[in-house]
Amino acid sequence: MDLELTEDQKLFRNTTVKFLETEAPVEKVRELNKAGEGFPAEFWAQGAELGWAALLVPEELGGGSISGNGFQDLAIVAEEFGRLVSPGPLLPVNTVIAGLVDGAASGADHSEAIEGLMSGEVIGSWAAYEPNGHWEPLSPSTTAAKNGGNYVITGVKDRVEVGDVANVVLVTARTDEGVALFLVPTDADGVTVEPVESLDFVRHYATIRFDGVTVPAEAKVGTEATTANIVERMFQVATVLQTAEMCGAIDRVFEFTVQWAFDRYSFGRPLASYQALKHRFSDMRTWLECCMATTDEAVKAVNNRAENAGRLASIAKAYVGTKAIVIIQDCVQMHGGLGVTWEHDCHLYLRRTMVDRQLFGTPADHKRRIADLIGL
Amino acid sequence: MSDQIEAVEDFRLRARAWLAENMPKLDPDKEYNTNRVADREWVEHRELQKKLFAGGFAGLCFPKEYGGQGLTPAHQAAFTEESLPYEMPLRLNIPSLGICSGMLLDMGSEEQKQKYLRGAISGEIILCQFLSEPSGGSDLAGLLTRAQRDGDTYVINGQKTWSTFAYAADYATCLVRTDWDAPKHRGLSMIIVPVHDAATHLNRVRMVDGSDEFCEEFFTDLVVPAENLVGTENDGWTVGQRQLFYERQAVGGGSPYVSGRAPSRGNAAGLSIESLAREVGKDQDPAVRELVGWTHAQDVVNHQLIKRITVGMASGEYPAMASSMMRLAHAEIPQAKVDVMFEIAGDAAVTSLPEGDGYLRSVGVAVLMRQGASLGGGSSEMSRNMISERVLMMPREYAADRDVPFREVRRGR
Repeated sequence: MDLELTEDQKLFRNTTVKFLETEAPVEKVRELNKAGEGFPAEFWAQGAELGWAALLVPEELGGGSISGNGFQDLAIVAEEFGRLVSPGPLLPVNTVIAGLVDGAASGADHSEAIEGLMSGEVIGSWAAYEPNGHWEPLSPSTTAAKNGGNYVITGVKDRVEVGDVANVVLVTARTDEGVALFLVPTDADGVTVEPVESLDFVRHYATIRFDGVTVPAEAKVGTEATTANIVERMFQVATVLQTAEMCGAIDRVFEFTVQWAFDRYSFGRPLASYQALKHRFSDMRTWLECCMATTDEAVKAVNNRAENAGRLASIAKAYVGTKAIVIIQDCVQMHGGLGVTWEHDCHLYLRRTMVDRQLFGTPADHKRRIADLIGL
Repeated sequence: MSDQIEAVEDFRLRARAWLAENMPKLDPDKEYNTNRVADREWVEHRELQKKLFAGGFAGLCFPKEYGGQGLTPAHQAAFTEESLPYEMPLRLNIPSLGICSGMLLDMGSEEQKQKYLRGAISGEIILCQFLSEPSGGSDLAGLLTRAQRDGDTYVINGQKTWSTFAYAADYATCLVRTDWDAPKHRGLSMIIVPVHDAATHLNRVRMVDGSDEFCEEFFTDLVVPAENLVGTENDGWTVGQRQLFYERQAVGGGSPYVSGRAPSRGNAAGLSIESLAREVGKDQDPAVRELVGWTHAQDVVNHQLIKRITVGMASGEYPAMASSMMRLAHAEIPQAKVDVMFEIAGDAAVTSLPEGDGYLRSVGVAVLMRQGASLGGGSSEMSRNMISERVLMMPREYAADRDVPFREVRRGR
């Protein structure tokens, strides 16, 4: 948690926590998983009422945040999502909104789509990955061929979060003039959606095929000339939300593992009294603090659109992505055999963290990007 | 407070102008911040400190009544940023200003503050610490140097070691035992002693990287005035802990009392990891780029950690011992960097080069000295005890000397 939250932000956080604890406690997440469901539509609609999809939307379109720092507030929600491994399209919807908002400056107006997403009625996601490909959002093989006043999109995207229920997807595709983003409704002719499972308990993905899908020219978001900047912004929003979510997850796992160390006795002593274990807890506590520290700075930089935001976002993703799993696995170890049972919650957090770590650039991808950004 | 504090940005502009006018620019042909301190640096840095003091830019976060400026850490951070292109009296930062002066401000008498604190801020005096003893590293409170009260004086006998820069200092804050019948923490006293005295024999300790900035001292009936006692007699542990707090803070990089920052150096040789990768022709190797990116990330995280914990401690959200996390990270992260540099330097790290300035070999020397980061200023193991016991509130380790008169505590030979 950011140590410098304003009173408004603390209130917003408390409201978020209360809502999540009531509507989506971890038991509920387990029920959803058992039923094979991703997230209940009404849960997301209620979240949207709390402003979860409005924080990156400009005030003139009905969005905004009380604190005036929308991305910071959004990161608060993401962190609380991590603490409870919450369901819901927080990351994909807000990432699409970030792209649409920035795209409007150079291209067609998408305020209607933004309003739909903001209300919670429309679900959107960024379709950036392609089969057998790694994280290279600016090198799609999907094409968008100009046909009069329309574009015809052909290609396959995969690992599309909430792709199974999304109403619109933001597709990166190659045009004659470069790479562009297109907002494509999933009920358009030629779109086929194939649900894909993930390691996460409730986070569903999909492979989406576009077989000559015709969209109007206004479906383009921004222009080919601005695509790289829009993609960079979406990339920063997505990776830092992942990072904040991972922070919430490790914070919660560490918290219940410390409690376990006090409660569990062996040889007549609590686990917390063994120096060999205390030292490991101290290491974990320190790395957890580092994760929080780098996330704070990345959140602020992305919020302020700072010139170094891309570098700080990659630093946070590389660092937290690397450390989060190490911390959770050591917490699993502290629980003994219990930690690898289905019944214990450790694996729910491990699953969420693994998914966050691997998508939108692995830590290794981000480390190499940092080398690029520092001019090596 | 009736005094209005100057806005940080106004202060920054005023500092920028003053620095340009008064401080010498860094000379590209001169070596700075090497691990060996040239004797001339002590002369130069005292003069630079006097300049800062005369200009009203010394001891920014110390109160005005002791020669400081009564400003905030934000002012100090701004000043440090502005000072980067200039020569600064960096050698006086630690331990003199960051550790000893901080402790004196909190624990010293009015007379002590007027003499030693003002002296340190004005550049007249350099302070150092006489803490560790050869008999025990982490078990500081088990120290054996004794001070006997004799009228208006104390007579000190014993031995200290690991006193950084003592050879260049004027006075030391010396932790001694004054009561052998009390349990170990309750029989200590902190006394200010002169460093250069006929009753004190001082040696420099040579380290594996060739540096000799640490000293050891032997006291034979060293006589100091009783008024040099800091705090009360036998309450030296309280005073010492305050000093240790400042040590953790300063060594961890979070002290508000240090000014300026050393020109960055990737290792002992002033070589950045990026230039090392280029120098050995591996800068386009994706595996090396990944290592460089990771090392850069960890360096940045180390600074971000300091910032966060400083905020947390200032607001009371975190206990003072949270500084042990900075201390731990400040060892682990630089060590990981040394390892990466050794890896990248490869076969060039262990022999000197036929031409050039031997850059790569010093990567090897940094590896020799690697563990220094987790030993100096309290070992990382002690930091881990502190974090688990004082931050996570886990049970304390068993101590055989707890509540036992110190003279009955068993000691090694």
